Amino acid sequence: MSGIPHDHYEPKTGGEKWLHSRLPIVGLLYDTIMIPTPKNLNWMWIWGIVLTFCLVLQIVTGIILAMHYTPHVDMAFASVEHIMRNVNGGHFIRYLHMNGASLFFVAVYLHIFRGLYYGSYKAPREVTWIIGMLIYLAMMGTAFMGYVLPWGQMSFWGATVITGLFGAIPFVGDAIQTWLLGGPAVDNATLNRFFSLHYLLPFVIAALVALHIWAFHTTGNNNPTGVDVRRTSKAEAEKDTVPFWPYFVIKDLFALGVIMVVFFAIVGFMPNYLGHPDNYIEADALVTPAHIVPEWYFLPFYAILRAFTSDVWVVMFASWITGGIIDAKFFGVLAMFGAIAVMALAPWLDTSSVRSGRYRPMFKWWFWLLCIDFVVLMWVGAMPAEPPYSTISLIASAYWFAYFLVILPLLGVIEKPEAAPATIEEDFDAHYGKAETPAE
Amino acid sequence: MFKKTGIAALVALSLSAGGALAAGGEAHIENVDFSFEGPFGKFDQNQLQRGLKVYTQVCSACHGLQYVPLRTLSDEGGPHLPDDQMRAYAGQFEVYDEEIDDFRAAKPVDHFPMSQLENAPDLSLMAKKRAGFHGPYGTGLAQLFKGMGGAEYIYSLMVGYEEPPECAPEDFEGSYNAAFTAGGYPDECKDEHGHPTVPGSWIAMAQPLWGDDVEYDDGTEATLEQQSEDVAAFLMWTAEPKMMARKHAGLSGVIFLTVLSVLLYLTNKRIWAPIKGKKTS
Repeated sequence: MSGIPHDHYEPKTGGEKWLHSRLPIVGLLYDTIMIPTPKNLNWMWIWGIVLTFCLVLQIVTGIILAMHYTPHVDMAFASVEHIMRNVNGGHFIRYLHMNGASLFFVAVYLHIFRGLYYGSYKAPREVTWIIGMLIYLAMMGTAFMGYVLPWGQMSFWGATVITGLFGAIPFVGDAIQTWLLGGPAVDNATLNRFFSLHYLLPFVIAALVALHIWAFHTTGNNNPTGVDVRRTSKAEAEKDTVPFWPYFVIKDLFALGVIMVVFFAIVGFMPNYLGHPDNYIEADALVTPAHIVPEWYFLPFYAILRAFTSDVWVVMFASWITGGIIDAKFFGVLAMFGAIAVMALAPWLDTSSVRSGRYRPMFKWWFWLLCIDFVVLMWVGAMPAEPPYSTISLIASAYWFAYFLVILPLLGVIEKPEAAPATIEEDFDAHYGKAETPAE
Repeated sequence: MFKKTGIAALVALSLSAGGALAAGGEAHIENVDFSFEGPFGKFDQNQLQRGLKVYTQVCSACHGLQYVPLRTLSDEGGPHLPDDQMRAYAGQFEVYDEEIDDFRAAKPVDHFPMSQLENAPDLSLMAKKRAGFHGPYGTGLAQLFKGMGGAEYIYSLMVGYEEPPECAPEDFEGSYNAAFTAGGYPDECKDEHGHPTVPGSWIAMAQPLWGDDVEYDDGTEATLEQQSEDVAAFLMWTAEPKMMARKHAGLSGVIFLTVLSVLLYLTNKRIWAPIKGKKTS
């Protein structure tokens, strides 16, 4: 499967040969787990395993929760309390699932920003990047629908606000919104279809993850230098790489273990810290909460959604040029999805010939500013939409777009990159010194 | 460096506490050192039993606990009532039974009754409805570092009834409470920008506890503060009945995973040593 030369699986016993000539699944697994991996990968390359673990954790705990949950507006809230009080271990499984979503997003954001810094999105890994963005979108959809299921106040009003976004689409918005909700408002039909889709989408994600892994196993992993593995011969390749098993499996499992210590401390000692207390109030269509705040992992894009109000000149211009078809609400929706779209287009917006940010002196600064920008967006997303927060969110949103649409294309032209090492081996040896006896 | 970003994000989120305020002014929440705070905190059984008494004799006149099964009163990690006491306690409630189409005495499998008054909220989850970090009572970092949350809110509400401030008209509806922010608020107490000038707001519930409302079986003096603390602890238990089991499981997880991580660290170090050119012992 991999383009890097390495040993392939050879069936030895009669039984292995029999199976291999009919279904070469052992060979597929062998090639996957023994893939030559750049030996200089740093600790930012652990998030893939963490994310895979999160997906499994969420599916396993979710299936158990679904055995006890009732997707009906009159019973959903009580059935969650039933899980918390009467189901053996149910309280812990639910808290694992609830906080598992947060861990999933912490990991995915660090994974994405790692890719942005080390240029993992650049050729030839554009398809890996695009599939990753699709996974991220599917994760957001899954998390959003999952948050509706406990049928608390934030579930209900969050669902009302977010599906209302689709109502902002000109001409067909109302029809789409009704179609999504299964009726004129968030009700039993909505809860049922969200439950159904919340169960389905994780398996779509699992399939996308398989494609994601397939794609980067074809191109090979990126690495902190961004320099390609030498592929002229197996001997050359082995100077730059080590097999994924056992070297990176053990390293990643160690990192996962440390993350799990923190995760279990949060689940065990402060499981509701990241949640919103209003969700322990049963949904009530007649009582609107004072502030409808999405889960923390949606806040940056929620801030972008709210940033473009009708008094911003781009919005006024868009409204004028389209004859009022694009109003502030629709502009906000476009901006929110656009913010993810520009990120997905990074492979074609970045004009620099150097892959890794490590050798790009100017890029570094803009990149770290983008990280700060992301945190600022997250912060203003939780704040009320009033001065000074509205101004801050507008500036922060503008920077997000400027980074992808202006800064990335320009930097490739004006920046003078530093010299990258010629090979991965050179970078690795500079850190650790040359091995006295070759490892065998 | 990347990890710092994640931590900074969390800190930024925590700081956002207090962003949301309802109609009233900022709430005054007292910090109480409850026995159940922190990773090793436990419920105090005697306190839960005292709180149950306050709930039964005062709160239950209006407020229900519809999600709490009566049998859980004898759970370890809860009030741990002896079985016969729990059954006797359950028997004082009447529940409607569909099978016999009549009312009968409640059994341990039944739940506490629902609220008796239309506008009295159910108390089963009250402590968690107020435990949040960007919730209406701004307990973000205070919750993380002092363990402040829903139980503190309930305590503060119980002791927060005060003389109405001078700015308010005499006939303003409700009782003034310094810890309650979701109630009515007279325009006379707002400044020129419409911001509240006094904490709290006016709550529909009249002051429920005054001191000596119940007589404790264990001889504890039933002051206002004592009763408020006890009922707040009891409502923390009704909201989070499995808290002790959860902390226990969390601690086991932390210990086992720490050991596993150390072993994986040593394994990792050893298998990489030849690649990194270090000597293996």
